[in-house]
Amino acid sequence: MIGITSYGAYIPRLRLKRMSIFQSLGWYSPAIIAVAQGERSMCNWDEDSMTMAVAAARDCLVGKEKTKIGACFLGSTTLPFSDRQNAGILATALNLREDILTSDFTSSQKAGTTALVTALETIRGGGKKNILVTAADNREAKPASSYEMWFGDGAASVMVGDEDVIAEFKGDYSLAYDFVDHYRGAKSKFDYTWEERWVRDEGYSKIIPEAVNGLFGKLGISMDQVDKLVYPCYFKAIHGKIAKSLGAGPEKLVDNMHEVCGETGTAHPLLMLASVLEEASPGDRILVAGFGQGSNALYFEVTENIKNLPSRNGVKGSLGRKKSVENYPKFLSFRDEMIKETGIRAEAPTQTAMTVLWRKRKMIHGLVGGKCRDCGTPQFPKMDICVKPECNHINTQDDYEFADILARVKTFTGDMLAFSIDPPAIYGMIQFEGGGRFMADFTDCELKDVKVGIPVNMSFRKRFTDKERGFTGYFWKAIPQAG
Amino acid sequence: MATGIKDKVAIIGMGCTRFGERWDVGSEELIVEAFTECIEDAGIEKNDIQAAWFGSSVDQVNIGGSALPLSTTLRLPYIPVTRTENYCATGTEAFRGAVYAVASGAYDICLAQGVEKLKDTGYGGLPAGGSSSGTLQWLWWPNGTAPGNFAQLASAYAAKYKISDEDLKRAIAHVSAKSHANGVLNPKAHLRKAVTIEQIMAAPIIAHPLGLFDCCGVSDGSACAIVTTPEIAKDMGKKDFVTVKAIQLALSSGEEMAYDAWDGDHFVTTDKCSVVAYKEAGVTNPREEISMMEVHDCFSITELVTYEDLHISDRGMAWKEALDGFYDIDGQVPCQVDGGLKCFGHPIGASGLRMLYEMYLQLHGRAGERQLKDPKLGLTHNLGGFPFMNVCAVSIIGKYDQ
Repeated sequence: MIGITSYGAYIPRLRLKRMSIFQSLGWYSPAIIAVAQGERSMCNWDEDSMTMAVAAARDCLVGKEKTKIGACFLGSTTLPFSDRQNAGILATALNLREDILTSDFTSSQKAGTTALVTALETIRGGGKKNILVTAADNREAKPASSYEMWFGDGAASVMVGDEDVIAEFKGDYSLAYDFVDHYRGAKSKFDYTWEERWVRDEGYSKIIPEAVNGLFGKLGISMDQVDKLVYPCYFKAIHGKIAKSLGAGPEKLVDNMHEVCGETGTAHPLLMLASVLEEASPGDRILVAGFGQGSNALYFEVTENIKNLPSRNGVKGSLGRKKSVENYPKFLSFRDEMIKETGIRAEAPTQTAMTVLWRKRKMIHGLVGGKCRDCGTPQFPKMDICVKPECNHINTQDDYEFADILARVKTFTGDMLAFSIDPPAIYGMIQFEGGGRFMADFTDCELKDVKVGIPVNMSFRKRFTDKERGFTGYFWKAIPQAG
Repeated sequence: MATGIKDKVAIIGMGCTRFGERWDVGSEELIVEAFTECIEDAGIEKNDIQAAWFGSSVDQVNIGGSALPLSTTLRLPYIPVTRTENYCATGTEAFRGAVYAVASGAYDICLAQGVEKLKDTGYGGLPAGGSSSGTLQWLWWPNGTAPGNFAQLASAYAAKYKISDEDLKRAIAHVSAKSHANGVLNPKAHLRKAVTIEQIMAAPIIAHPLGLFDCCGVSDGSACAIVTTPEIAKDMGKKDFVTVKAIQLALSSGEEMAYDAWDGDHFVTTDKCSVVAYKEAGVTNPREEISMMEVHDCFSITELVTYEDLHISDRGMAWKEALDGFYDIDGQVPCQVDGGLKCFGHPIGASGLRMLYEMYLQLHGRAGERQLKDPKLGLTHNLGGFPFMNVCAVSIIGKYDQ
């Protein structure tokens, strides 16, 4: 049996209240009130598709043996690098084996489901036994557009393989049409979109049913054999109408998460799938379809193994961990859509030495330190001479991963002088349980919540952006948890 | 067997510029201003100087590398001149180089001079180095500042000794108020205005919990010293001169930032460095024997925990003793008698020598309105870097025959 063996999700903690957009720009674009319900997820200033992908993939890896992973696929149309494999950054951040296949799947909103189909077909072919498929997006939309309302930021991750399958893969059906409902030129920041009525009626309403019916025909099944129907469509009413036209009642149609998150691009079908899997019972049959220049449709049946999967944050956990934002200029600032005075400290040099990044890739991207095999002291970074004064032995360190170890705040400050997109810059010394410490940036927190002694979890984040050279630097930050 | 530096080297002249926002002059003019005072004080000719050490720290935005800025500015005649850089201990390092050169017998008379022209950087505080501060550090260290890193002492100190935020804030406010009061009495200080504890506590936050008045000034300045052996000093007719009793350094081993022992509440370096310095100087009870101190008060909390690291106050007691006035100008161990970094600012290369200058004036009874009664030993202390990784210097000077 092959199929899904695990899943994970990540939605940023920040949720912009859509009415705050309308309150700022409704004078200019009154029509956006029609889609101003609820909240959309938004990346913190130090998050992007790469950081969200790492978070979702880590959620997916809970209880899984990552050394068994033979391939790592990443789907997104908002990756930080056009020519530097982003899936390779993901694999390094997860500290996966280095003798694996990695690839980015991009340039279409269906890239997430395409990556999933490709992974499953690869497993079926027998060449790989475990593949991690992750998709993430943080699409930009012009202020005062409906798309700014519809879009959300998020990521989802699915592991596929041939053992401990929680949802058996029954088959897939794909369509490729150069249907251009929108496009984003290679040098453009924003999408160019065609008329919504055409996208709705000739796009979603025809292509998704064609893919679903194609899969039904291929597998010899009908809607009677589907318990949950997953596909994205940010037109909420049309989302419902498509299901109705396919003969699926509202109990089968999985919510498009407009009110709580917004549409997360390539990640969205997988995010919706994760929301189904975390509620699923053995025997549930799930049909998932992606949309973008055609469609991919996939069919799964949940197995008894789902009961054995350890608990994870998932969609529910991500949605529950939130901070609502009503400050629309903050949203624009975080997305670099508002030029502000940053002061002279923002002018400091920002160049990265690729030689250093290569030598220290495990330290910087994987948060891998060392543990002395003579005295047992965990330490970060891993250096040639053990830090314990009574030991100081040379070349006695084995790799030691800190990313999943709980740490506690030792010292902290909120710095108003340091350059930060979201002052104050909060940072301090964190001490890992079992040993090891370093001076870390804190994120996803307010200064008033930080106290000496409270626990922190580690999160892969943007450390800096080198705008002059188009480079994004990543490292790990500490997220204070409720004490 | 090493015997230490005590009484092997005499300071026969010192000079110090007025510190401040010296918009009208650059490093070159500051160097000459301090040197002119110093050489007159020493009563020698420039060409008597056989070797020199030059401290400057932030060369990237300032006067460039090497010791050439000193040799060319002073028109030193093709003699050895060495640049020192060791963060905030830079000035003391220049002094140490000159002192050791004389003590070794290599030279008879040496010059130590430090300078920094911070107000040419365009920054309100110290400049940010970004990726120029270390190719690996750039990839993982927080984008922090000096106040942000030192402020963390407060969170850790308060947690360790269970002191309320309010009590600690008031104690460090007293530290700053005391230094401001002293600075008023010093014509060479940058900031010469008394500030109340209430004003200090109400000031805008720079890095939690440090407010504006918890931070030292940002200034331009230069200071220097001319040293020789006690024998030559006597031959020159110097009487009642000042000698070096101790100069010690301690640098972090990396334990604070990567091993599990340190609580983040104090300076491991200062704790160790001061013990070695006291031993070198023959001081057995620093609380009783040290007459006065100039310590590294880049931030009020730095000075507060340094009282303990120097073994003057017991652990956890400095905040109370500060509030009790123990370190005030009329207290038992007056600290920052000249106003400290608080009122002089911190032109990095100059600070160590500026502190020695005040101790030197006090020992000679030339400190004007701030003159202490009959001081015996003066201690200076520098702390460069961050609490989790730093350079500490401790020097002690006193009269030759005491």
